[in-house]
Amino acid sequence: MSETQRVGEVIESSTTDFIAQCYELYELPPLGSLVKTGDSDGELYGIVYNATTSGVEPGRRPIARGKDEASETAIYQSNPQLLKLLRSEFEVAVVGHRREGKLCQYLPPKPARIHGFVYQCLPEEVREFSQSFDFLTILIDRQLSVPTGELIAASLRQMGKVRSDDDRGHFLVTAGKELAILLSHDFNQLKAILERIKR
Amino acid sequence: MTPTNNQRLGIVTGGSLTRGVEVRLDSSASVEDMVVGRYVTIYGRKQCFLGMITDISLGVVDPRLTITPPDISDSFVAEVLTGTSTYGTLQVTPYQVIGGQADAKTKGSQPVKTIPSHFSEVKLASQDEFEQVFGKEDEERFHIGNPLDMEIKLCLNMERFVERSSGIFGKSGTGKTFFTRQLLIGMLQKSKAVNLIFDMHSEYGWKGTDEGKQRFVKGLKQLFPSQVAVFALDEKSSLRKGLTPDFVVRIGYDEIEPAVMALLRQTLNLTEPAVNAVYELHRRFGKNWLKNTLALKGVDETKDLLGELSIHESTFQNLKRGLAKLSRLGFLQPQASGDTVGRILGYLEQGKNVVLEFGRYQDITSYMLVANLLSRRIYDRYQERVEVAMAEDSAKPTPLVISIEEAHKFLNPEVASQTIFGRIAREMRKYNVTLLVIDQRPSGIDDEVMSQLGSKIAFSLDNDRDIDSVLSGVSGKGELKTVLAKLASKQQALIFGYAVPMPVSFKPCDYGETYYRRFTPSKTDITKQAEQDIEELWG
Repeated sequence: MSETQRVGEVIESSTTDFIAQCYELYELPPLGSLVKTGDSDGELYGIVYNATTSGVEPGRRPIARGKDEASETAIYQSNPQLLKLLRSEFEVAVVGHRREGKLCQYLPPKPARIHGFVYQCLPEEVREFSQSFDFLTILIDRQLSVPTGELIAASLRQMGKVRSDDDRGHFLVTAGKELAILLSHDFNQLKAILERIKR
Repeated sequence: MTPTNNQRLGIVTGGSLTRGVEVRLDSSASVEDMVVGRYVTIYGRKQCFLGMITDISLGVVDPRLTITPPDISDSFVAEVLTGTSTYGTLQVTPYQVIGGQADAKTKGSQPVKTIPSHFSEVKLASQDEFEQVFGKEDEERFHIGNPLDMEIKLCLNMERFVERSSGIFGKSGTGKTFFTRQLLIGMLQKSKAVNLIFDMHSEYGWKGTDEGKQRFVKGLKQLFPSQVAVFALDEKSSLRKGLTPDFVVRIGYDEIEPAVMALLRQTLNLTEPAVNAVYELHRRFGKNWLKNTLALKGVDETKDLLGELSIHESTFQNLKRGLAKLSRLGFLQPQASGDTVGRILGYLEQGKNVVLEFGRYQDITSYMLVANLLSRRIYDRYQERVEVAMAEDSAKPTPLVISIEEAHKFLNPEVASQTIFGRIAREMRKYNVTLLVIDQRPSGIDDEVMSQLGSKIAFSLDNDRDIDSVLSGVSGKGELKTVLAKLASKQQALIFGYAVPMPVSFKPCDYGETYYRRFTPSKTDITKQAEQDIEELWG
């Protein structure tokens, strides 16, 4: 695993989700991107569905500091402690795991471990993972803090990005067809997602 | 079952044996590529079925799609929704089981008694599968055309075809005559049966006309000079066409029996009493009734006779007018020389086909008169010979097929019981005589006769009653009706019934130079054959 792809560390975990904190402020993986965490037992794959940046101490809100500063960057330069007092976190929906080399798109037997490193998946891993669309079922069934349609569209866009132009078109159509079957009861939701992933 | 490499169309999702099965199309198969009447193979778990597409429909999973349709100008959305939220379905009627069962390989294809299970794969039928059911061109099978949209030869078992009476129907200009010519060639080549053709419009004997291309096409005699004899009612017309007929048909007054007059009642405009009067006159004068009746001139003479036979004056006038019309027919002569029936039978016995050209006598009166008169006597002879053969346990006479046109005039419910053709159609096989009926108004033909026709070939028909009557008594009538109604107005037909294992809509072969070449050996072949013969003769 390449160190450069490391984006954070798990700080809270459950079977369906985990929350990771970024090492650097604002160094968040994009919405819908595929990340993984794991140990020698195996790896867990998840899709980033929410991200927050807030103060380290709960209940203590940051205050506005830029009145006399020329730019936003200047605020951070004159208040270097900010980088330590603020933190960026992202929430990940678990959508699959790898056990004994086999990629499975359903929930893992055990949740992620706290302090497990979280890595952004490499393009080839994303391509491998997105060969199957079973993960869409998990996303559709979840009640998340972000609209499911938005999240699905974002993740498909991310998966499309790692493909060549020709391949992307085919990938999105196949994904769209899968969604059309899964969302056969909800045409409006389907239409909204299709609008968002259009080439 | 091992599916072939043909494109997969979809899977079976429901259905029943009576209605046929429903096939949901895959998104990769376009509804617009499907054609009613096309053949598909359904690969069930244990058996493989050959069926025909009988209906095509569209479906949506969510009715909201039809209320607020998506923007199909966006190709992405359209592509995604095709085959998923919106899909096509086919109605397929399975007809034959091919392969699968242990005995299917030995017995060939079998009619279906069940349907394929859920989610069986459906593909377009391949040439092999089609041939398993219809067979290849061989000693008995004759290539009659190609199934619609398929590059496969459709072959008809001619021996089986001639075993029962059959019919060719279609409105005028659909290609009935062209196809009949091909069928006759088929019978001539691949079956033991001989044909007697009552050729009303002189289309089959020496040459026929191609209305579309304004040219002449070869008739049977030109293609098979040694196997066909042309009889003519009107030798002048035949000579004009460049053919010397083998025999000129003349019919003597004494050959006309009262039963024939009953048939001609409508065409001669005779009243019912006038027909009865014919029987009276026949009783009185015997065989020469027509000659004597026509000779009656003097009022006194007539009066006495009419009184004696209790025939009313007006009835007699009506009869006279009818008979006068008859006597104007050139081929009717007071004293005919030559035994037409004997000559025809002679040719038939030699295995030669006989075409009777009507020349200028294209009116229905002549046609009905001659066809009935000759057929009745030929049939009687056949009956006699078959009975003798049965008694002596010797060989039966060569099977005979009588081809008649405008059949609704002979076989309509009013006269079907009286004409010989009604009898042939009903009692047919016993005496080795069957009919080939060519007609444009099948609804005019007696139901009983229609139901006796073994194989039927239907070209495009407009009238609902005609379609119903052609399909009467056929299982899966509703489905076939859709197929029949969608036939192109020219050169497309549906064949079903006794001679074929399942209905097929097909396009007959083109009749022209290329077609002739199938039957006329090339010069090199002839030379080779001659050399071989010489070799054999002289060693």
